[in-house]
Amino acid sequence: MTTTRQQVLVLYLDTSALDSKVVGWARYDGTGTTRPTTGDSDEPPYETGTAALEDGWRLFQASPLVPPYPGAEHATSFLKHEFFFEKLVRQ
Amino acid sequence: MPTTKQLLSSVEVARFTAQGFLRLDGVVPREMNEEALGLFAAGAPPAVPYGTPVPVAFPEGSFARRLLGLPSVAGALESLVGPDPAVDHHFVHTRPPHEGSAQPLHADALIDVRADAFDVQLMYYPQEVTAGMGGTLVVPGSHLRRTNESDTGRYQNLRGQTRLTCPAGTVLLLHHGIWHGGRRNDSDTVRHMYKIRFNPTVPQVRLWDTRDVDSPAVREELRRTFPWYEQATARLEIHNRILLWRSLSADPGFDIDHWATRITNRPAAPAAQRSTA
Repeated sequence: MTTTRQQVLVLYLDTSALDSKVVGWARYDGTGTTRPTTGDSDEPPYETGTAALEDGWRLFQASPLVPPYPGAEHATSFLKHEFFFEKLVRQ
Repeated sequence: MPTTKQLLSSVEVARFTAQGFLRLDGVVPREMNEEALGLFAAGAPPAVPYGTPVPVAFPEGSFARRLLGLPSVAGALESLVGPDPAVDHHFVHTRPPHEGSAQPLHADALIDVRADAFDVQLMYYPQEVTAGMGGTLVVPGSHLRRTNESDTGRYQNLRGQTRLTCPAGTVLLLHHGIWHGGRRNDSDTVRHMYKIRFNPTVPQVRLWDTRDVDSPAVREELRRTFPWYEQATARLEIHNRILLWRSLSADPGFDIDHWATRITNRPAAPAAQRSTA
């Protein structure tokens, strides 16, 4: 029986623009055929977010732009510009 | 081998302030590395109560005491946390061959918001670490970010990350807040890493060799950005380093590109103007 599985790509971009450069990335594979993990590559899979679209990934979530909390304007924390993509794979 | 304690220079401490770690390649002699491999294979050393002075935690002649007594290690440690630090805890991390999981990217302990102090973690690698052995993943310049423990686990890879490979006898000294993780061991070799965390017992102010504190190279180190920084956040990182360097160097006017000065500028009105307002 053929089923559909989701592959997920998370890209962290330089700015909130989807066509800005990739600074970080993560992959999760619902097919179970690959096991991406922490620290497994030094080169990003795409140079920009739009390059992922051009390769067939479907964007389904982008981080909202949240104003800094008063008093915490200079604190740095998580990466801000997180974009989630998916590909649906038939198995 | 030199026997005089080797304090860090201002440029080296500025580099630590910017990148959050310092790397001392191959500073531990071969005989000690071989001794360590035997010790570590026999099991983890007994735990030490939090906050124990070094001489109590590691008696004279013990392996750890001799490791900390190596001139380059002793000098770097004193430059960062001062003389007589307390041992927070220590542990031997061992990764068997083809051990299938990587640690998620994390910072140790709780979110630590001290702006004028930090703990230092020593990581010692008694054997050569090759790419396949999956050494420690470190993210340069991540140490001043306020995140809690493994909340960063979603990030698998960041541009400019350091996937450690090193010769035997290498020591890393890390700011407590650095994002890091043990990588998957894809080799046939058991990998050991010995970690000791130190708490300072003195103010961390001008503990190093400060003769070059006014060198332009200090600013060059502090203004460095890393490939994973977002454009806007990179400026915040440098701002936060300026504040830390002001504290470490006891120079409250230190700045880079006027950034900290500009956003704290509050000119006082002339006395005459105030009286007529």
